[in-house]
Amino acid sequence: MGATVRVQATVNGESRRSEVEARLLLVEWLRDELGLTGTHVGCDSTNCGACTVHLNGEAVKSCTILAAQVDGADVTTIEGLTPADGYHPLQEAFREKHGLQCGFCTPGMIMAAADLLQRNPDPSEEEIRHGLEGNLCRCTGYHNVVEAVKAAAGKAVPA
Amino acid sequence: MTSVGQALKRKEDPRMITGRGRYTEDINLPGMLHAALVRSPEAHAEIVSIDTSVARERAGVVAIFTAEDLDFAGPLAMVWAPPGVEIKTPENWPLKRGQVKHVGDPVAVVVATSRGVAVDAAEDVVVEYDPKPVVVDPERALEDGSPLVWEEFGTNKIHEWAVSGGDFDAAAAEAEVTVEHRFVNHRTSGAPIEARCSIGEPRADSFVLYSTTQVPHIARFVLAGVLGMAEDKIRVIAPDVGGGFGAKLQVYAEEALVLALARRLGRPVKWTETRSEHMTTSHHGRDQINYVTLTAKRDGTVTGCRARIVADLGAYQLLLTPFIPELGFPVMGGCYKFPAIDLHFTGVFTNKMCTDAIRGAGRPEATYWIELMMDRLADELGMDRLELRRKNFIPKEEFPYETPLGIVYDSGDYHGTLDKLLERFDVGAFRSEQESLRQQGVYRGVGFSTYVEVCGLAPSRAVGPQGVGLNAAFWESAIVRVHPTGSATVYTGTSPHGQGLTTSFAQIAGDILGVDPENVDVVHGDTDQGSWGWNTYGSRSLSVGGEAVARAARKVQDKAKRVCAALLEAAPEDIEFADGKFQVRGSPDKSMTMAEISGAAHIPPNELPADIEPGLEDIAVYDPENFVFPFGAHACVVEVDAETGKVQVVRYACVDDCGRPINPMLIDGQIHGGVVHAIGQALYEQVVYDDEGQLVTGTFVDYALPTAAEVPSIETDRTETPSPTNSLGVKGVGEAGTIAATPAVAAAVLDALAPLGVKDLDMPFTPVRVWEAIQAAQAGNGRGGAS
Repeated sequence: MGATVRVQATVNGESRRSEVEARLLLVEWLRDELGLTGTHVGCDSTNCGACTVHLNGEAVKSCTILAAQVDGADVTTIEGLTPADGYHPLQEAFREKHGLQCGFCTPGMIMAAADLLQRNPDPSEEEIRHGLEGNLCRCTGYHNVVEAVKAAAGKAVPA
Repeated sequence: MTSVGQALKRKEDPRMITGRGRYTEDINLPGMLHAALVRSPEAHAEIVSIDTSVARERAGVVAIFTAEDLDFAGPLAMVWAPPGVEIKTPENWPLKRGQVKHVGDPVAVVVATSRGVAVDAAEDVVVEYDPKPVVVDPERALEDGSPLVWEEFGTNKIHEWAVSGGDFDAAAAEAEVTVEHRFVNHRTSGAPIEARCSIGEPRADSFVLYSTTQVPHIARFVLAGVLGMAEDKIRVIAPDVGGGFGAKLQVYAEEALVLALARRLGRPVKWTETRSEHMTTSHHGRDQINYVTLTAKRDGTVTGCRARIVADLGAYQLLLTPFIPELGFPVMGGCYKFPAIDLHFTGVFTNKMCTDAIRGAGRPEATYWIELMMDRLADELGMDRLELRRKNFIPKEEFPYETPLGIVYDSGDYHGTLDKLLERFDVGAFRSEQESLRQQGVYRGVGFSTYVEVCGLAPSRAVGPQGVGLNAAFWESAIVRVHPTGSATVYTGTSPHGQGLTTSFAQIAGDILGVDPENVDVVHGDTDQGSWGWNTYGSRSLSVGGEAVARAARKVQDKAKRVCAALLEAAPEDIEFADGKFQVRGSPDKSMTMAEISGAAHIPPNELPADIEPGLEDIAVYDPENFVFPFGAHACVVEVDAETGKVQVVRYACVDDCGRPINPMLIDGQIHGGVVHAIGQALYEQVVYDDEGQLVTGTFVDYALPTAAEVPSIETDRTETPSPTNSLGVKGVGEAGTIAATPAVAAAVLDALAPLGVKDLDMPFTPVRVWEAIQAAQAGNGRGGAS
């Protein structure tokens, strides 16, 4: 075990504190230490976006950020995006439009889409496609992912 | 109202959209250890020594094993044994001793208290290699004097297999027109977004394997042999699986390793694949060279088709490796009346990872050359490409149609799908637009593909030991159980991993039982639950597994009628099932719901007749009589930037026929994904090895999957020609898009490039390859950039 550092961050509205290895990735902290397994790892190289979470309100790829870097920050994962009752409009839209198949890219895709809609509440199809190009999906061919984001646009509440 | 045919929302979705899916990597067990593999950086080498002494001293390391230290009862399995054909099959052990044969071959495994420590310690293991000559090109590998992957065989040729029907030689002798061409179906990766992960867990006197697999039952069957254990001592669980695409239709070394480690150490052991490991050691697909000849009359009637197929199978034989090229043979006449077909396959060893099934498995390769050959023949004849296809289509009146290869196409209407496509896609309008854009220096092209594929694997008599020789069968099982309160559980032997079968099977069973699909649970992916199964691949789950569900549900319905008859004091033959209820024929006021019947079947209010056992469940095992043959017509429009070589797909339209739709939403989703997978293959994706056998495309940085920005929306439509093979009338759709689309994309690219003088080019049409082809053509050589 290498050097450790103390991390204290607000994760999904709760204050979380850990002593972590300096090299620990944010996604490893979330998954392995905090048990938030909705955030996935797909590529290790910041290409696929399955690990997308919100850091201080903006989408980031949590496989490319050290846990140590989020000290004092606000982190939201797919679990935190989900309302206590029912679904976030994007979650609802992904189900309605069949925007997922195996579901593995889905949490990251939804987190990226939430960030997109926050910045651009009424995106064109082209803006949606470019806005999601950091998130890979092998199942859907993106068709219904784009339809879902279109459907959620205007209805999405800030994360 | 029946739910079959309705676009029901998926039962799978609520957990997945909220992050509550449970994938293998999400599972952590008390006392769990982590494994990392020491892999060969050499493509071919003698292992001189392995020094683990430094690695063992790292804090947190629990154990390190090489092949000498870990016992297996047998090597990993390859299951094809075609009668009378020798297939050179080297023993493929989970850890290698003596020599390594490709980059990534595992030579040792490190077990530690965390994944990080295991990976660090794996780096500390010092392996000395003595490199040997390497061969990566399959045609070079067949030449005299080539380096040999396996010296003991004295050749790199693995096997030859041939099949023919009709008299091709006579067709060739009498041909008025002959076209010949060499095609390259390059190597690709399945690349599900979830890489692999396996956990071996010791229980009291047995073991559990959690694994990212499409084939839990097959894995248990094979692993029992590898580990020398009885099957009942191994339980394989495939939790939520994040896509497979064939890459998880395998029984891998790491699955055997985590079980062996759990047995040896008495603690759970987890191995998680990195993406680079996936690109290196999860099996690849395609990698064929196809030499094809079509013979025809001057009027466009095709008289014969010959293909010589050289398949690069890599360094070992995995589960189905040598069989995958041949899996395309049943449709190597396409949707055409070819009177003579002559096919020959040669498998070749190279110092590369093995190939095996990747989405489509043999049929995309075949469809690629069939469709592009039809284009070439049409051009040679000066005939319209679609007209040539129509002239040779098998007419719908001739189904079931037996091909010269003895394959019986179940049903089809090939004119119907093409006509419907052309209602949507105005070729004339496109051609005028294309011409006017060319004047402005904008190069667009269109390509068409009219395909038939074979799926629904499979009639065991056709592909099992008494057929083409797989040591396997391909029936499917289902258990349908109605609970006392009227909800139901379906246990299926298929193992869905994204297809939505939990929903479609609930629709099938729900309609037959009179239970809302919302109240039908579908259980899969656990060898301790339900019956034996042959799992999910080859677009088989609906037409074989779904049919098994329907048959089991009908047996339950029959029993429910008998229970109902006893309770209503009517004759069993007078009970009919209508509008979701069981009623006395002609007396709709005397009726019972399934919940009422099931309650009585479990807790009889009166004594039931002696021939009716309590409870309400049954099993069906279904082995199909024939395959099913989905088909369709696809059109692709691309734009090529002549300055940069970049190809953009600007429109994609398709009409597919997969028989009777169970859930049209799921069908469209499968087509979307399949088409984009094929666009990726045609334009971006290629597994590349350099001449030393080093993998160049080891990450998603180098192996480019299409993103949302690269592809258009996919215009889908359907015709519905039921299959007579099963009672549901269904075919399959999981691979159709991947099978159909590469030739359409390729033809579109070649059409766009035609005015620039490029006459031939192989996939993938990457910007550099297209740009080089344009430059070569402009310099006066029409063939550029082809490999």
